[in-house]
Order: sequence, then C-alpha cells, then structure tokens
Amino acid sequence: MSHPALAQQFIANRERSHWHDKALWFVREKRDRMAAAVPEWEQLRETASAIKAHTQSRLAEYLEQFEANAQKHGVVIHWAADADEHNRIVLGILQRHKVQRLVKSKSMLTEECHLNPFLEKHGIEVVDTDLGERIVQLRHETPSHIVLPAIHIKKEEVGDCFHEHLGTVKGAADPAYLTEAARQHLRERFCTADAGLTGVNFAIAETGGIVICTNEGNADLGVSLPRLHIASMGIEKLIPRAADLGVFLRLLARSATGQPITTYSSHFHGPREGCELHIVMVDNGRTEILKMPEFRRSLNCIRCGACMNTCPVYRRSGGHSYEATVPGPIGSILTPIQTPEKHSTLPFACSLCGSCTDVCPVKIDLHHQLFAMRGFLDRKRLIGGSKKLSMKIVSAVLSRTWLFNALGLCARTTLRLLPRFMIYNPLNAWGRQRELPEAPRKSFRQQFAEREKRDS
Amino acid sequence: MASSRDMILRKIRSALPQSSPLPDLSAVTNWQTFDDPIEQFSAVLKFVGGEAVQVKDLAAADAHLRTQKHWRDGKIRCSVVAGVGDSTIQLDAIDDPHELENVDFAVLRGHFAVAENAAVWVTDDTVRHRVLFFIPQHIAIVVPARQVVNNLHEAYARIPVGQHAFAGFISGPSKTADIEQSLVIGAHGARSLLVYLVDDGVDQ
Repeated sequence: MSHPALAQQFIANRERSHWHDKALWFVREKRDRMAAAVPEWEQLRETASAIKAHTQSRLAEYLEQFEANAQKHGVVIHWAADADEHNRIVLGILQRHKVQRLVKSKSMLTEECHLNPFLEKHGIEVVDTDLGERIVQLRHETPSHIVLPAIHIKKEEVGDCFHEHLGTVKGAADPAYLTEAARQHLRERFCTADAGLTGVNFAIAETGGIVICTNEGNADLGVSLPRLHIASMGIEKLIPRAADLGVFLRLLARSATGQPITTYSSHFHGPREGCELHIVMVDNGRTEILKMPEFRRSLNCIRCGACMNTCPVYRRSGGHSYEATVPGPIGSILTPIQTPEKHSTLPFACSLCGSCTDVCPVKIDLHHQLFAMRGFLDRKRLIGGSKKLSMKIVSAVLSRTWLFNALGLCARTTLRLLPRFMIYNPLNAWGRQRELPEAPRKSFRQQFAEREKRDS
Repeated sequence: MASSRDMILRKIRSALPQSSPLPDLSAVTNWQTFDDPIEQFSAVLKFVGGEAVQVKDLAAADAHLRTQKHWRDGKIRCSVVAGVGDSTIQLDAIDDPHELENVDFAVLRGHFAVAENAAVWVTDDTVRHRVLFFIPQHIAIVVPARQVVNNLHEAYARIPVGQHAFAGFISGPSKTADIEQSLVIGAHGARSLLVYLVDDGVDQ
C-alpha cells in the first residue's frame, strides 16, 4: 500500500493520531532543552558532519584498519554482501556453537535483514530484549520507530499483551508494573541464553573496538553471560578515532531522547576470556548509496531518530505507514533507493519544511535529499500521472505573468462567490482536511503598488 | 569467485567521494566546562535517577553505605573496594558469571567521572566478571573526587581505549521509557546507582 493510503488509516482515529503526535513532540522538546544546554552544540554538529565526511572518503582504508585491529583483539570478522549472506553467516556461527536460545538487543540492521524469522525457521529461539522491541515481537509487529519501537502502542494494549504472554493481571496498565513484569520475564531469558546478538553504534578503526549504547542494559546483560557474542554492523558505522566518540556520544542521546548520555555506553575490544566475539560487517546496498553523490550523505546517519520526532508527517501518520525498517525522513531516502517501486510515495510524505535537517546531529541535508529523491523516482518513471500533471500546470502558470495574474483575479472572485460544495468536493484533495484561507480582495501586486503610491 | 570482503572493498574504492580533512579535536579549546564539576556531576546524576555522595574517605563511604536501605536489605552482597561494604560471597571463587544472578548489591570501582553527563568510566580489570556492572539489583561505584572531568572530550583524552575487552560509561541506573514515554527506573540492569566521590585515599 502507498504511504497516503496507510496514513489515511492511521489518522482515521483522530484521538490516536493526536496522541501519537504529542508523544513524539514531547521527545522533540526534551531534545531541544538538551541541545540548548550545550553552548557549542552547533560546533559539535559541524564537527560530527566533518568526521563522517572524512570517514566516507576513506571508508575502504578505515574498514581494513578496523578489521586488522579487531582481529588483533581476537575478534572474528565476517563480511556480508547482502541480507541473505548476513543471515547465513549468523546462522552458521550459531549452529557451530549449538545455540538454541539467542537474546538480541536492538539492531535495526537485523530488522533490515529479517534475521528473526530466518533464525526461527531454523529452529532457534530469538528473544528481543529491548522492552519496546519485546512488546512489538510479542504482538507480531515491527518497530514503528528506530529508537522508540513501541511508540505507537498504548499502555492498555501493552497490558493486554503482557496479560496474554507474561501472565500480568488483566487490565493492569501501569508502566512501572508492566516494566517490572518484563524485567522478571527477560532476566530468565538472559540467564538461560546460549548467545547474545547486538547491533553496533560505532566501530573505531584505530582501536578495532565497537561501542554499543543502551539505557536498559539489555545489550550488556545479553553479551556478558553467554560465551558467544555476535555483533551485526553496517559498513557505515565506522569512525576513525576513539576521540571521535567524544563528539558522537555527546550528540547521540541528546538528539535521540533528550538525555545527556545513554545509561550504558559500552566499549568492546575482543571477547571475554574463553569466549568468542564475531562481528559481521554488512553492505546490503550501502555501497550503491555511496555511489550516488546526491544521497551518499544519508549514510552518515547515526540512527538517533530526531528527524522522526520532529517530522510533522511522521508524527501524525505513524511509523508503520512507511512500511520500512527505517521510517520517517531518513527512511524516506534510504528505503526508496533500495526498493523504488514499492516505496515511491515516501519522499512525498514530506512538506519540505526542513525541520529534520535542522535537528539532524550529523547535519544530513535531509529535506534537500527528499526533494532530490522525487527526481530520482521520476527518472525511473515511478511518479504518478496526477502528480506530474499538476506540476506541469503549476509550472505553466508560474512561468507566465499574464496567466498568473488572470488566474489570481479569477480565484479571488470565484472563491468568494462559489457555493461551498463547488470548492470542497472530491476533486479538491486539499480541501479534505483543511479550510482554504479567505481570498483577499486585492492581489499582492495591487496592494504593494498602492502602498508604494501612498508612501511616496 | 571473489570473496564478499574483496567485492565490498572494491565497490567502495570505485565510489569514494572527494577526500575531506579529519577535524583536529585536540585543537578545540572551547568545549563546555563548569565552575564546580562535582556539583554539576551531582546535579546531572540526580536528573538521570542516581545519587552522588561526596565523602572524605573510604571509611566515610562505608559508614554511609551501611545506612542505605538497599544495602541493608540485600541478602547477597559483594564489594570490590576494600573498606567499603563487605561480601557475602567469595567473588574470586566464582567461575561462571551466571552464579551472580542473585546479587542484590555490588560495590564497584570507577576510574573517573564526567560532569556534563554524570557518566562514570569503568573497566573489566576491576571485576572478575563484567556482568557485575549490570546484573546486581543495586550498585554503588566508588570514584576519586579529584577525578571529575568537565566533558567527554577531556574524558577520551585520558582513556587508553582498547586496553580492556570491556570498558564503558555508566550514567545513572538502568531505565526505560518504552511504554508510553513513562520513565521507569530499573529496566534490566541496576535499579539504583550510588556514586561515592571520595576525597582522599583512592587512586584512579
């Protein structure tokens, strides 16, 4: 289904759509307070952007450096060209270790690769341990947000879900009570798991280590008990130096949830004694994006979710309306590059307001890319006829002064005089949710000319 | 057939953007600092759900700890800081980290703290099993009060990153807001975090 069709379903429930909007705006406001408390915030963003641009320009070198340094620590490095190869590598490692129970912490990459259903098909029990991810897993859904996976679910629904699966009291919906139930349930899973799988927030080329940030501590518990740790990372997660973390860790949590830093920022260099650490480095289309000058900066994303929290379309239409692993502004660039046919409506789920660009901690030019994405899809002949026709008409009108003036006069008169049903009818998609502004009697040119005359 | 490794690296090399310089972070002089880093650390730690207590020496930390409800109620307790708290279990005798599942309270060591975000730097060489940072119901971390830096840049300037299989920052107790953005302290890790900033008698 297209984004407009799915968004329409979401906003059909007005109360829920408003609730969702407010929940995300609350996070956006927390982010603003945190950003304002750091005087050099803009300088940090500039620096982060420059570090990422530099890393990209030497990505192959840094990947090789990372690999060599990680191997020195005893890490086993794997390379996967696509999702399929990633999944087979992970399964192979798990099977060699006879793993039956796997605990996972948040990894958008494994969502992208659809790892869970693949492993389950091969008889491995996979438990997502981030609370939000566990909720969506129990509900057989996908995350609707990359940092707040269950932001679309109400506490009463979590209560119903936990009553069914974890045996909590029927009708109980207190977040503290439900979180405690999940803690008990997942502790048991942590303590009986044969392996832990995590994502990677940052991979440091100069030291061969990886950094994983969580608030719950689920990644750390998941990899500190079993003897096997697998970390899946996209090849764009590289940073050159450990000192660069000073920049990125200052930006990440403040941008994501309005915290000064995540509770746990764990640095892993090699396995625990007598244990194994495997890192799977995945391309899955990233090198294709690197080839595209207009879109390559999207690879600098550190997955904070700030662009989603601020996006007026995302907030009102919900993450699932994007049908993408990564929704929102950044997802509307990354996803159509990979699957243009299926996701051709995503860059239009945007008013080009630029708020995403303003909050992005690594200064990705998101709204410019969203605009460029429309051209990319047009060149693939994936833009619908009605959209193109209206653009052609607008272009014809705006390039002819006489026509623009004539139509302006026409509109100013008719909008005032026409009966309501002639303006608000199915042909006017704009009028469905909004009222047109009252038409002024005089055009801007007329008013300006009169003012000039009066003033002189 | 070329390996995926070679294929990925070749594809990257054929698509590299124009080179751009790597910013020199050591040349930056205007990172945020605080008049009183300890006060800032304590305020931020409170904001993220933890508690900082500045004490004169280890004996004072120990005396304070013994007044704490979570410590007193804890059946299984352990400490890796001599003179602060005591252990009901023999940490060195435990080979399998799973045996630490029921620890109620652990007293741990931190090397230094960061004022801007209330983070404490911990490393795995201070504990036999690193899970001790995550699995106890409650933890206290002992940090030298003289070792409170202003910001993360100062922090990374002093950390030899890569010398420990595990090292990291801990800022406050474990938490989640995954149910309707309601903050709940005590997700999977510690339900409470006490940081003792000790004036004398502790090294970094």
